[in-house]
Amino acid sequence: MRCLSASWPALLLLFALHSTALADGLMMVRSEQGFPETMAILQEEITQRGYTISRIQRVDVGLTDSGFKTDMYRLVFLAKPEELRDLTTRYPQLIPYLPWPITVFAEDHETLLVTANPTELRALANNNELKEIFARWSQDFHDILEAVRKEN
Amino acid sequence: MQFIWAFLLLLPNLTASAAPNGAELYAQNCAACHGSDGRGGVGVPLALPSFLNSVDDGYLDTTIRLGRPGRVMPAFAMLNAAERRAIVAHLRSWQDKDSPRLLLTDYRPGSGDVVRGKKLFGQHCSSCHGERGEGGHGTGVTFSRPRDMPIIAPALNNPGFLAAASDQMIKATLINGREGTPMVSFLQQGLREQDIDDIIAFVRSFALTQGWQPGSQDEPWLEMESSYTLEETVEAVKRAALGKNFRIIREQWLEDGFFAEEEQHREANIIYFCNFTFINQALTMDPRVGLFMPCRITVVEHEGQVKMMSINPKYMSGLFNNAELDEPCEEMYQVYLGIMEEASL
Repeated sequence: MRCLSASWPALLLLFALHSTALADGLMMVRSEQGFPETMAILQEEITQRGYTISRIQRVDVGLTDSGFKTDMYRLVFLAKPEELRDLTTRYPQLIPYLPWPITVFAEDHETLLVTANPTELRALANNNELKEIFARWSQDFHDILEAVRKEN
Repeated sequence: MQFIWAFLLLLPNLTASAAPNGAELYAQNCAACHGSDGRGGVGVPLALPSFLNSVDDGYLDTTIRLGRPGRVMPAFAMLNAAERRAIVAHLRSWQDKDSPRLLLTDYRPGSGDVVRGKKLFGQHCSSCHGERGEGGHGTGVTFSRPRDMPIIAPALNNPGFLAAASDQMIKATLINGREGTPMVSFLQQGLREQDIDDIIAFVRSFALTQGWQPGSQDEPWLEMESSYTLEETVEAVKRAALGKNFRIIREQWLEDGFFAEEEQHREANIIYFCNFTFINQALTMDPRVGLFMPCRITVVEHEGQVKMMSINPKYMSGLFNNAELDEPCEEMYQVYLGIMEEASL
């Protein structure tokens, strides 16, 4: 019976994980807010979870300067500074993938956000430590995007 | 023991109170591509009356379950049957209950001639759906960019479509067309019902062809050693990228923006470069490809060895479920290797 009682938290975790299951290689959400509002919320959600935004790439500016039509299109690069340093020293294969990008683009009066699902990059996470880190990132990015989606 | 009985007694109530909410599931899983109100975007519009009136619940359910391999729409394998039904019910809430249903429930399939159907398909369907039913180009064109049509012709040879669409549904679509899309009524265009049956038989023959497979067997990153110093290699990468018609847009240390300048470890230098014509073409195919941007090669000094590293676009491409990205990703793969090779000479 003690054994069954001990498995109670695991059972709860199973329920919780089911509700946050991730479908795809990409995580994508739609915010019903406009682009500037969504960017502000995204930046707040990222920093609240302990990540730092190193820079924002304005793809739309380069495209319009080159004569192409596009709505607002930006990339937000993020990581946890100490984690970035530690991981890129011990696992140099991660360097091309860091800092992690989230793509943000306007669609009329709404905004779309998309990022790669870290747990789907299985060949990159080739040991248990990396698998756990990628699973945590996956949950963090999912939570960030969901928080932005729900902020209406 | 009492605790477990209490839990078991509570379980039916828990599941009842957690009955799937179709609107919320739609917002979580579908709205990003199909729009909050189903008007479309990266994905096709779902709230079109002519669409909802001509497909049955089985078509919608199977489409959610299997997706469209290689055509952006993923398989939502983690949604259970009750959750899929809830999403379908939410889609049905957009339907006008009084508008006529366009389903042919009494249609008996299997009477078409494949050879005649192939000829008719070539004459009437292939200009939009492709010779082999591969569908229109530009899947995933969002309203954030200029677009000519609200909908791209579906890939009729897609295993997801063939599993989801009944013969009745295909026939109803050919007979009635789809108002609000470029799909016209082929009965009004002069085809007879037998011609339509022949076309259906030909469409069904696509099931024998090999479906799209993502190229995920590739290594996730590319790297090449350099016999020069880090600084020399950075300059060589920039020269090589310029030589391939890219514009250098930025050069920075990996730790820029994370640590104060005096605290940074300066062992990895990122060179960002762009070709905006290429970017524009890629975004026209799939607006999600920003994740590849800007192109970047990182020059790293690790344990006394200098090397150049980049993502492998062919590996990343597998995440997008978009067969149209295979070619540009192969092109980018060759570009990255070409720049690294040239810089290492």
